[in-house]
Amino acid sequence: MARRDGNAAYISGMRPQDILLPAAAGLCCKPGGFHIDPVRPVERAVITHGHSDHARAGHGAVLATQETLDMMRLRYGENFAGSTQAIRYGEEIRLGDVKVKFHPAGHVLGSAQIAVTCKDTCIVASGDYKDAPDPTCTPFELVRCDVFITEATFGLPVFRHGDAADEVKKLLASVALFPERAHLVGAYSLGKAQRVIALLRQAGYDAPIYLHGAMETITHYYQSRGIALGELRPVKGVKKAALAGTITLAPPSATSDLWTRRFPDPVTAFASGWMRVRARARQRGVELPLVISDHADWDGLTATIGATGAGEIWVTHGQEDALVHWCRSKGLRAQPLDLVGYGDEEESEAPIAGEAEA
Amino acid sequence: MNRFAEFLDRLAYEPGRNNKLRLITGYFREVGDPDRGYALAALTGALSFKHAKPALIRDLIAARTDEVLFGLSYDYVGDLSETVALMWPRAALAGHNNPPPPSLTEVVSTLRTLGKTELPKQLERWLDELDETGRWALLKLVTGALRIGISARLAKTAAAALGDKDPHEVELIWPGLAPPYLDLFAWLEGRADKPVNRDPAPFRPVMLAHAIEDTDFAALDPADYIAEWKWDGIRVQAVAGRDDRGHITARLYSRTGEDITGSFPDLVPSLHLPGAIDGELLILREGRVQSFNVLQQRLNRKVVSPKLIKEFPIHLRAYDLLGDDENDLRELPFVERRERLETFIEKLSDPRIDLSPTVPFASWEALTAARADPASAGAGEDADAVEGVMLKRRDAPYLPGRPKGQWWKWKRDPHIIDAVLMYAQRGHGKRSSYYSDYTFGVWTAGEGGDELVPVGKAYFGFTDEELLQIDRFVRRNTTEKFGPVRHVVHEPDQGLVLEVAFEGLQRSPRHKSGVAMRFPRISRLRWDKPPKEADRLETLERMLKAEPAEVEV
Repeated sequence: MARRDGNAAYISGMRPQDILLPAAAGLCCKPGGFHIDPVRPVERAVITHGHSDHARAGHGAVLATQETLDMMRLRYGENFAGSTQAIRYGEEIRLGDVKVKFHPAGHVLGSAQIAVTCKDTCIVASGDYKDAPDPTCTPFELVRCDVFITEATFGLPVFRHGDAADEVKKLLASVALFPERAHLVGAYSLGKAQRVIALLRQAGYDAPIYLHGAMETITHYYQSRGIALGELRPVKGVKKAALAGTITLAPPSATSDLWTRRFPDPVTAFASGWMRVRARARQRGVELPLVISDHADWDGLTATIGATGAGEIWVTHGQEDALVHWCRSKGLRAQPLDLVGYGDEEESEAPIAGEAEA
Repeated sequence: MNRFAEFLDRLAYEPGRNNKLRLITGYFREVGDPDRGYALAALTGALSFKHAKPALIRDLIAARTDEVLFGLSYDYVGDLSETVALMWPRAALAGHNNPPPPSLTEVVSTLRTLGKTELPKQLERWLDELDETGRWALLKLVTGALRIGISARLAKTAAAALGDKDPHEVELIWPGLAPPYLDLFAWLEGRADKPVNRDPAPFRPVMLAHAIEDTDFAALDPADYIAEWKWDGIRVQAVAGRDDRGHITARLYSRTGEDITGSFPDLVPSLHLPGAIDGELLILREGRVQSFNVLQQRLNRKVVSPKLIKEFPIHLRAYDLLGDDENDLRELPFVERRERLETFIEKLSDPRIDLSPTVPFASWEALTAARADPASAGAGEDADAVEGVMLKRRDAPYLPGRPKGQWWKWKRDPHIIDAVLMYAQRGHGKRSSYYSDYTFGVWTAGEGGDELVPVGKAYFGFTDEELLQIDRFVRRNTTEKFGPVRHVVHEPDQGLVLEVAFEGLQRSPRHKSGVAMRFPRISRLRWDKPPKEADRLETLERMLKAEPAEVEV
């Protein structure tokens, strides 16, 4: 019962910040001798998921799920780390003085929350997570803990994402209304693109779906892990006229570039939680915003924080102010963790020329 | 309401005119009466009810959200209706006994009869029942600020397309119609006869002119044409008619048929004879026509104050008569209409309405001379407000649209300067992959020698081929990027010189250069010219001195 009010750590004399502490390289676990999602090369890295701002190359040893390790290999090549170790969801291992256990985060394929336990204190570093259903990854698992480290990408009450299936219906309605135009869907190439494809298939769309070159490697990897995505074709080399009435997935940066000139009068869609805010969509010149997010929305963040039973909340990247304010108004200890180097992957996705897979 | 909201939402993001039309027509086809009629009314600005004040919306949200969270959210979103729509908490009583969300018809008819004190409670109920987009549309509707870039004309054109009708036909009967337009849709869908316009002062679709090219003259006989000055004002149709009880109703329409009577109450008493005048709206001070810059200060005002009316006295300069009392003159040749017009204006005998004079000429050479110097060809002191000449065939009936060979406009040559491309921005819609919006500048003396100061922005005038060339130049010569804007190299010996054509200049404290151009466009690419030879700000300032001074309101 002591864990419930988050006081166990103080009673036993171990403060949470003795276990995990923000450092220049990322969240550092001194008693365990590792960093979580380090932004600079470190000796031992424990990685939550494969997005490039969390999973970087050049560490000595890397501990992550098999999928995350595979994605890093695809992105950075065979020698992306000195050594690697795969861990399954639910599996617990000891590192130094702490125990580390991985739990599904529901963010993308292979994404994990990392529970770090030292003596009686349990801290969960959730990485990026979402509590909404996603046919392409294992659902988010709630882990009770003393300290919960949460992201705040969509940490404002205006961000409520609704059912992604409805957004896909909007896309299909537009395809039906404009059969002579091509539909270009900007989506981050790891996770979002595959989810959109899976949602299109769930909605009964069975025509071939076209892919930008930068999408192919990761998407084929998803398929190799048994995720059914239907017939996919590279868009490269397809005649302009043949693309009328089709759907093509591309990295967000490509949907406003020279590359789009190969499509007949394209409708530019963008699948992102940011699309909830009109000014954001307009700024990007999006004609068909699709509110589909890989991150928990405001309701998801606040419900999850409450359900973990944690008495202390550390808030990382995003809209920290609002979420910290909310936690405190609910009587929880809360503080922003000033970690640099994490952002929204959609905003930071490199232009096509820089894509390793392109 | 949710269906209407979804439609508005999609429409607000669509940049292309034809695609907008498709969306609107598609909505009219899919949605039944009377909802679609109220949607048409919303798009044409024909809904009338007391609008809710933003303060009321603020009070509603303040009562149910944390103040700090609302503040942070509003800062982020930047639009009150949208912030409230997005963060409105889900209704406490979620479950199977929820009432269904209101239809657009329900919202519109309730708002029409609702008392002021009942509005907050009613809004709350609706906000609880609607989804995010529905709430957004509702708040835009009740605050009277749709602003989704759809003109009334476009909405009517989309309605016409439902029945493969000419938009002019809809325009003609429009003043006699009222929401939810059941008779209109019945006619468009072939279920009923065309509604009859019983409006005593209806709009008539206007006749427009083609721009004349040098090569056109060879085929034209000067004897077939009458010339008039082309005034730099606003084309209007001033209509007066008697209603059933014999009272005069007067209306002023824009050239697209929009009723703009409310903006010019000072002209209404002058329209005391039944008839329909085609003419130009101008500002006259001491009998002298003022420039368009002055007229512009009288336009788009929410409140037409007595002060505004006094300082910007409105005037109608008539050049055609489409109806004389009960008689439709549109079938008559222009010479005959012109005669009827002269008699009509004389009978009207009102200082606010006069006749636009004809410009006598015997040959194209004579007209060329008159166009080059309107002051000495009869325009006198009003010459500054002349932007060219109009040529109208003597035997032309008044035809809607832009019929070939009947009316020509021959504008004065535009002003031309050579400016240097400084920044380029991506376009919208079809042009979103092109750098098609250009900021250009001219030289001026700065602290460290000559420097370029931006004087304007242009996004048309070039050919498709030229667009490709500029786009390529921008991509290869970018020195910095700021979001969608590229900073393009502009050094004395490096950069691209654009020949910019424009219609006029205005002093503008909002621009660093102190001047603003009217209707600027790229007329030529001067690949041959090094930037250091582009024009200087002093050249523009000299042109400014020639323009009449602006008056502060």
